[in-house]
Amino acid sequence: MFFTYLFRELRRRSRQAIVVMVGLALAIGLVITVTAASSGVRNAQSSVLHSLYGVGTDLTITQNAADGSNAPRMFKLNGTGGAGKSATTNTDNVLPAPGQGTIASSALSRIAHLAGVQSVSASLSALDIKFSGTVTESQGSGGVSGLTPGVGPGITAPTAGANVGVQPTSLLGVDPTRSGMGPLSTVTITSGRNLTAADANKTSAVLDSGYASQQGLKVGSTFTVAGTTFTVVGIATTPSGSGGANIYLPLAKLQVLASDANDVTTIYVKAASAADISQVQNEIQKAVPGATVTSSASLAGSVTGSLASAASLADNLGKWLAIAVLVAAFAVAVLFTMSAVGRRVREFGTLKALGWASPRVVRQVAGEAIVVGLAGGALGIGLGYAGSAMVAHFAPTLTATTGDVPQGGGGQPESLSGPVSGAQGPPTGGSGGVPGLTQSITVHLTAPVEIRTLVLAVLLAALGGLLAAAFGGWRAASLRPAAALRRIA
Amino acid sequence: MYEIKDLTKTYRRGSQSVEALRGVTATIADGDLLAIQGPTGHGKSTLLQLLGGLDRPTSGSLRLGGGDLTRMSERGLTRIRAAEIGFVFQTFNLIPTLTARENVEAALVPLGVSADQRRRRAAEALADVGLAPRARHVPGELSGGEQQRVALARALVKQPRVILADEPTGNLDEDTRDEIMDLIERLWRERSLTVVIVTHDSAIAKRVPRVAWIYHGELSMRKESAPRSGAGADAGTGAEAGAPA
Repeated sequence: MFFTYLFRELRRRSRQAIVVMVGLALAIGLVITVTAASSGVRNAQSSVLHSLYGVGTDLTITQNAADGSNAPRMFKLNGTGGAGKSATTNTDNVLPAPGQGTIASSALSRIAHLAGVQSVSASLSALDIKFSGTVTESQGSGGVSGLTPGVGPGITAPTAGANVGVQPTSLLGVDPTRSGMGPLSTVTITSGRNLTAADANKTSAVLDSGYASQQGLKVGSTFTVAGTTFTVVGIATTPSGSGGANIYLPLAKLQVLASDANDVTTIYVKAASAADISQVQNEIQKAVPGATVTSSASLAGSVTGSLASAASLADNLGKWLAIAVLVAAFAVAVLFTMSAVGRRVREFGTLKALGWASPRVVRQVAGEAIVVGLAGGALGIGLGYAGSAMVAHFAPTLTATTGDVPQGGGGQPESLSGPVSGAQGPPTGGSGGVPGLTQSITVHLTAPVEIRTLVLAVLLAALGGLLAAAFGGWRAASLRPAAALRRIA
Repeated sequence: MYEIKDLTKTYRRGSQSVEALRGVTATIADGDLLAIQGPTGHGKSTLLQLLGGLDRPTSGSLRLGGGDLTRMSERGLTRIRAAEIGFVFQTFNLIPTLTARENVEAALVPLGVSADQRRRRAAEALADVGLAPRARHVPGELSGGEQQRVALARALVKQPRVILADEPTGNLDEDTRDEIMDLIERLWRERSLTVVIVTHDSAIAKRVPRVAWIYHGELSMRKESAPRSGAGADAGTGAEAGAPA
C-alpha cells in the first residue's frame, strides 16, 4: 500500500515532481561537475607539483649559489706541440650545476634527527661537459679557439681556430636507498629498472628516454662520464616540464666525479605528519641557516598561469554557484512539498479519520519527497557525469608557471651554442630547466568523478528529499483531523 | 453505547468565541440508527467529530463502550478510529489515486492486516455494497453513488461498532440517495451497527427510528421509535434537554 499510494500520488503530481526532480538534478549535477572540475584542477596541480617536487616529499632544502661562484671555468686541453699546429682533443669534465649552491652532507644527519622528520634524502645536480674536436693552437695557450666567451655555464673560449664539438649533459646524483621520495619518485621506468639500494656504490645509471634515444643507448649499454664507465640499468621518462636530468647516477658516484664528496644540492624531507610540516620547516631553517626551505604548499602558492586561474574559478565561482543552485533547488523542493500537503489536507484528514496515525501519514509524505529527491539525485549523477565529460572534452589546455622551483635536476641549459665550426648543438632529449628560472608546464584539465563525489551527490539528494520531507511531514503531522474535515463539511 | 454528558465545545479565535455545542447530554445505544438534523452551523458536524474522536470537547464527558474519549490520548483516539468507528462523508473523500479496492484497503492499513487479507476483505466489502465489478476503478471513473458505496465499504471493512455519516446523501440525486439509504439500513440491520447520520434531508429523517434536532448547539429528541437493529433492540434512551426549533 505504501509504495502503491506513493507512486500513484507522484504520478498524479508528475509535473510538480518533475520540476522538483529536475531542480535537484541540476543542482546535484552542477555540484558533481564543479567538484569533479576542482578535483581535476587539484590533480593538475598535484601533477605539476609532483613533476617539480617528487612524490612523498614535503619539504625541499636548497642553497643559493654563492656570489661569484659561477665564474668562468677553465678547461685544460691537450697541447698541440707548438703554435700553428693542430691536435685532436677530448675532455670530459663534471661541473657543479650552475646557479645552485651546495649543502654539506652533514646537514642531512642534522635534519634527520629533527623532531617531526620521517625521512630524508638528497641529490646532487651536476653538468658533464664533453669537448671533442681539433684544436689549432694560436698565440698563447690554454684556451680553445672558436668559442664565444661567456656562453654556457662557465665556458671560456678565447680565440678562433678550432673545430670542437661540445656536449653538455645534465647529471643527477640520487640516493638509491630512498627511491620512494625525491627525483627518482618522479620518473617512470619504461625499460629496465630503477636504481635500487644495491646500486648505491655501483656504476649503474638510469637515462632519460629522450637522451637515451638520441645517444643510441639502451638498457645494458655503457657510457663514460669523466673517465668512469657506467652501465645503463633503466630508461625513464620524466613528467612534462619537470626538472629531470639526462642521466641519473648513484649519489656517491657523482659526488666523487664532481669532487663534491660531501656535498649535495637538494635535500628532500618527508615530515611525520602533514600537521608537522610548518614546524619542521622552521626547525630546518634553524638547523641549516641560509638554506631555502620550500614546502609543497608554498610551491603551490607560486603556481600561476591558467591553471591557477582555473583553480580559483573552480574554488570560488563554481563552488558558490553550486551552493546557490543547491539552496534554490532545496527551497523549491520544500515549497512544492508544502504546497502539495496544503492541497491534500482533506486527504490526510480522511486518512486520520480512518485511523492512520500521524507518523504513518508523515512517512507517506516523506517517502514521496525522498523518492523525488533520490530520483533527482540519480538524474543529477547522470548530468554530473555528462558535465564532467564536457569539461574534460572542451576544457582548454592549462599552463602552470612556477617561480624559483627547487630543482632536483641537473639544470640542463636550454641552449648552449656558439660559432664554433662543427660544434654540436645541445642535446634535446632531456627535459631539464635552468634552476632558479620560472618554468611553464602544460597540463590537460580532466574532471574525474570520484566515489566520494558520488557519495556526496547521494547525500545531497537525500538531504534535499529529507528537507522537503521534514517540512511537508511537519505540516501533515500538525493537521488536526477535525480541522481537515471541517473544511469538507 | 455512547454516553454523552454536559458536552460543550467552544471555538476561540482571538477575543471572540463561538459555542458550537452547549451542554449536550444524550445516550446512543448500541444498534441505534439516529439521524441528527439542524441548520447549518448549529453544531451537527462538531458533535459528529466529537463522537468520532476527531476532536476534543471543551468540557463534559463522552464515553464509548466504557472508554472516556475526552480523557483518551491521541494514540488511544487513533486506535478507536482505526478499529471501532467508520466514517462516511458527504464528498466521499476517497483517495483519488487509489482504486476502489485500494481505497477500501486503506482502512485496514492501520490495523496491521496483511496485504493478502486486506485484498480479500476489501473485495468482500465491495461485493457487499454491490461494487465488485468496479473494484479496479479509480474514483474519477465512478459515479457519485458508486463512490459513496465505496466509502461505505471502506467504513465497514474493518467491522466497526459505529458508523458516523456526515450528510452521506448530500451530493446524490434522490434515486441514488434512496439506494444508499437502503444500503445503510440493510447493513445496520445485518451487522447490528450503531449508526449516526447528520443530515439536512427530511426524507432520511423519516426513514430512521430516532431523530435528534440540534439548534444553537443544543440537542433535543424529535422522534423516538423502537430500534430495528437486533443488538439495539433493548437499548437506547432519549436525549435530554435542548431547545427545539
